[in-house]
Amino acid sequence: MSGENEAGAVGQSIPRLEVREKTTGRAQYIADMSSPGMLHGAILQSPYAHARILSYDVSEALAMPGVVDVLTGDDLGDGRMGAFIKDEHAIAKHKVRYVGEPVAAVAAETETIARRAVRLIQIEYEELAAVLTPDEGLANDAPIIHEHLDDYIKVFPAVCGGNLVSRTELSQGDLDKGFAEADFIVEGTYETPAQAHLAIEPCGALAEMDASGRVTLWSANQSVFRVQANVCESLGLPMSKLRSLTPRIGGGFGNKMEAHVQPIVVALAMRTGRPVKLILSREEDFECVRARHPMRVRCKTGVRNDGTLVARDVEVLLDCGAYGDDSPGVLGYSLLMARGPYNIPNVRSVGRLVYTNKMRFGAFRGFGSPKVNFAGETQIDEIAEHLDMDPIDLRLKNIVATGDTWMGGSVLASCGLRECIDAAREASNWDQRDLPQTPGKRRGMGVACAAHISGLLGTGAIVRVLEDGSVALNTGAVDIGQGSDTVLTQMCAEALQVPVDGVSVASPDTDGSPYNWGTTASRVTYTTGRAVVGAAAEVERQLRDHAAEMMECSQEDLELRPGGLIGIKGVPGKQVSFHEISLRAHWRAGGPIVGHHTWVFDQPTIDPKRAVAHGLPFPQIGVYSFAAFVVEVEVDEASGKADVTRAWMAVDVGRAINPGSVEGQMEGGFVQGMGFALTEEMVWDDARLINPSLLDYKVPTTLDTPHELHTIIIEAAEPDGPFGAKGVGEIGLVPVPAAIANAITDACNIRLTTLPMKPERVLNAMEQAAHGS
Amino acid sequence: MTEMVTLRVNGREHPCRAGIATTLLTVLRDQCELPGTKRGCNQGVCGACSVLVGGKPVRACLTLATDCEDREVTTIEGVGTPARPNAVQQALIDTGAVQCGFCTPGMVIAATALLEEHPDADIETIRQGLSSNLCRCSGYRKIVEAVSLAARRTAS
Repeated sequence: MSGENEAGAVGQSIPRLEVREKTTGRAQYIADMSSPGMLHGAILQSPYAHARILSYDVSEALAMPGVVDVLTGDDLGDGRMGAFIKDEHAIAKHKVRYVGEPVAAVAAETETIARRAVRLIQIEYEELAAVLTPDEGLANDAPIIHEHLDDYIKVFPAVCGGNLVSRTELSQGDLDKGFAEADFIVEGTYETPAQAHLAIEPCGALAEMDASGRVTLWSANQSVFRVQANVCESLGLPMSKLRSLTPRIGGGFGNKMEAHVQPIVVALAMRTGRPVKLILSREEDFECVRARHPMRVRCKTGVRNDGTLVARDVEVLLDCGAYGDDSPGVLGYSLLMARGPYNIPNVRSVGRLVYTNKMRFGAFRGFGSPKVNFAGETQIDEIAEHLDMDPIDLRLKNIVATGDTWMGGSVLASCGLRECIDAAREASNWDQRDLPQTPGKRRGMGVACAAHISGLLGTGAIVRVLEDGSVALNTGAVDIGQGSDTVLTQMCAEALQVPVDGVSVASPDTDGSPYNWGTTASRVTYTTGRAVVGAAAEVERQLRDHAAEMMECSQEDLELRPGGLIGIKGVPGKQVSFHEISLRAHWRAGGPIVGHHTWVFDQPTIDPKRAVAHGLPFPQIGVYSFAAFVVEVEVDEASGKADVTRAWMAVDVGRAINPGSVEGQMEGGFVQGMGFALTEEMVWDDARLINPSLLDYKVPTTLDTPHELHTIIIEAAEPDGPFGAKGVGEIGLVPVPAAIANAITDACNIRLTTLPMKPERVLNAMEQAAHGS
Repeated sequence: MTEMVTLRVNGREHPCRAGIATTLLTVLRDQCELPGTKRGCNQGVCGACSVLVGGKPVRACLTLATDCEDREVTTIEGVGTPARPNAVQQALIDTGAVQCGFCTPGMVIAATALLEEHPDADIETIRQGLSSNLCRCSGYRKIVEAVSLAARRTAS
């Protein structure tokens, strides 16, 4: 493509299309919406971790002035939803399975009345023994959380039973032989806590039913299509009866991918015949949406004395919470990433996912990978220490490169990992580092590498040429704040050689947009971008057909010219505009120009000649982006508090469509990863989440965040990617905990294996190290 | 229970109903039809509901509507328009600092007040001044850069 000079073309950091409405408070989010005659919803949450629902008494709530409807599980059928296992009703039915689970809902004239009314609902429960950890859940005499698990619909070959939701295993090579070849083995157990997504916008939805009984639903979401599927499955509605739309989204990091309150709100709207809006409070959002899984990872790596990694055995135990949600995918993905970006020939990764009586855990930026990365990448540093080798040199000796295979056997068509490592090494002055030393503080530097997919499942794009030659793009991909509307528009503009402001982008709508699985798995730039390029190519073909007839020349003589023109090669003045062509198409010949392209990622994750997989939920996964991060930390000797003082992030994104937005993803991912590494932790006292508030759950602020956050974009073009692009949404978070942990080791000579690395944990380890020496 | 109060918001008078516990945030969003001020936590922590009262930044979720009578309230809708953004807004646009935008109204208010008080704010002053406004998308660096740019542009 040669349109680099075109305003807003690929490779330029143009401002977000919607930035003016966002900076001036004009952007409309779900909580800002209303509809004439609208009611307000509120939920009642379960006080029990595990209990049978014996009876409801809603009479007092219904009698309260202003209350229009009370909804309980008895009012709904037996429909169940779930991304991988259909195990969840729209609202608790027969049983509650965690403290905070929505168990009844009210629609009332005001939010205040609705919130008061839910407290008047009387529910009689029979409390059951609860399962609070995966270990408890796997015990022989454990209470069973889902008695009918065997009967649930599953979309993958789940190995399940009792409270075991799924067991997945991947292996390649010969593990015993690999460990026998090793000169030494490093082993460890690593634990990571639940992390709250904490998009600043709480979840909510607004639904209304028309006279024919069809429902229109607006909600905070990452996929209007997953919302539609979840609502329709749980309420037993045909998908033709529900239209799912999106306002602006106030951040989504996985928490808005699957359903939250949408099924409840649709049920209330259908029962009352009036629009209903329900916005969760911050506390409710903490307690009943979803969070990152608590995980335990056992990791064992075998190494030759020359630094060659020969074997790795990884065992993962994942706390599912009460419902399956995206968890089987998170488990499978973490196992696929457990080898890390290294050519280790003999690997086994096995994991179990176990129901517990806690909130459901689900997708969160990184999708299981940050936890196995923390284990694997700190272990690489342990190995380097054992070998007295530079941790970067050890990595370089073992990393994958273009043409190598990933765990499972898929071939890497592009890999810029070496360039990432070299760039981070040089920018951070790793080899000649001379860290400033402050009395009472210890400074250190750490490195970690990572890879992440972009890909998965189906997507599409429709490109139309309007009467005046303007271009209308419609993809169904929700821009959750990461900037995909802008990036996809840039790609469309580049492909058709028109300015960005000559392209409009449609808001996703299940009635009018082509299917898009969702804004997740770092996939929109890569998968939807490919669809956009394909649809634009189809439009170009139609434009050329018209132009050839209009200028009476052959197709081969034509060229696309910047500014919406098709001309005859070598004849500068001879051209027709998109405007002229489109008028002809609309009124005289051929019909309006519409191009579309849909596709599904179809390259297998597993090459059966190289690897064996059991219970893997995604047979086709994606292409790989790569990263190498170096961080500098300063640890306070008195308090144990670790601060990140500087960081260098090099990420191979294939091609940066909008470099400014790529930096934004890297920096935002880094800081969210820093929170996961150092401060963030959801804490349960018995079955009750005790810190569901921003007062007690600490996310990084400006003061916790280094201003020296250096981003380095590496472009190892992906042959199949749109303009060579791969995804960048998640990878900025993945290596952060490991890099920080390795820096803390460098600073203090302690090795932490549990997140978050909060001050008391650091201090205790420092004291133990001092006493031990 | 409720009484009528007249709020002066962005230079316009809004007659509103407010009880003893009605927050400024609720009144702005539900009665004044000014939804630019966001409810992120309703606990005074996230800063998304920052507005200016008498020129000073406050948390609208912790401020009682009745306490704002006879005081000048400025919301995000009053500090700039899409066609004429203020210096902070323009700098946020130019640096690509905005992602989801949900914290942005509060950030703009906090930064505008900060630069009012410290027109020559350096990076450290800006980091301090914005430390009570949470953003989960950006990692803050570009926001701090933007406010610094706004300060430099205003000074020159």
